[in-house]
Amino acid sequence: MRVAVLRFPGTWSENDFAHALSLVGAEPEIVWHADADLRGYDAVVVPGGFAYGDYLRAGAIAAISPAAAELRRAAAEGLPILGSCNGFQILCEIGLLPGALVRNRHLEFRCDWVHLRIESDRTPFTAGLRGEIVRMPIAHGEGCWVADELTLARVEANGQVVFRYTDARGAATPEANPNGSIANIAGLANEAGNVVGLMPHPERCSEELLGGTDGRRVLEALTGLRHAGAVPVRVQ
Amino acid sequence: MSGYVATIRVRPKAEVRDPQGEAVAGALRSLGMDVADVRTGKEIVVRFSAEGLPEASAKARQMGDELLANPVIEEFAVEVAAE
Repeated sequence: MRVAVLRFPGTWSENDFAHALSLVGAEPEIVWHADADLRGYDAVVVPGGFAYGDYLRAGAIAAISPAAAELRRAAAEGLPILGSCNGFQILCEIGLLPGALVRNRHLEFRCDWVHLRIESDRTPFTAGLRGEIVRMPIAHGEGCWVADELTLARVEANGQVVFRYTDARGAATPEANPNGSIANIAGLANEAGNVVGLMPHPERCSEELLGGTDGRRVLEALTGLRHAGAVPVRVQ
Repeated sequence: MSGYVATIRVRPKAEVRDPQGEAVAGALRSLGMDVADVRTGKEIVVRFSAEGLPEASAKARQMGDELLANPVIEEFAVEVAAE
């Protein structure tokens, strides 16, 4: 499985993602955003960092790069696309995912481990993982997901909420919410389920040495797909 | 073509929380100032050429729509003047 890992000026997690993807049997290739031609790849990762220094808004300038048009095309064709941290912000700015990510409610940058409940398995990154409580690191200052009430109701009703911040037992409490996101939302999918964004870093918890391997399960769910580029099976 | 200066003011929509504004309000209160509320935003000043004021205003609005503001969370106002 060939996976394109996008690099913008200011991306910092592309090498970690490439390493983590290689651990689960994928063939990662780091692709410079301005040369992005995503044809021939089976999946795309938009890694974390501070693309274009996060100037204007996190992800705003990356969202008008040549890679954005390619991401739109690939998303429409059903290619699995994963955005983590700044990658999630970029996917929201492009409009591939609903809502927006704004300054953490408490204004602090948070670098910590969090627990997440996997809410949906109709994405290529969470197939078979619904209901699991996983532990992943976060590192962000602008991870508070916001949307109007209509959008929130729609994503909840459509099952587009994929990851929710919880405590270790899976309860979505205010204390377990590291940034003030509405409804403890840590990650979302588009309506089709092939585009997923989350604030945590699966690539940073893919080996025992890093303190956890739950991120590897998300990447294994991807490489375990039988058909490259397949739209995930909808589970009733 | 003549020169124009557009001032684009971007601010969070009224229904979107502004934690930065809340922090500033707290800081002003700690200085003993009795403030009810603070909202923060940003001002972006752009110099460019256009064929007349209507075109300059349209261009400035386009900048706001396509890049400078995110309509999910922000609104913007534009002021354009000839240089």
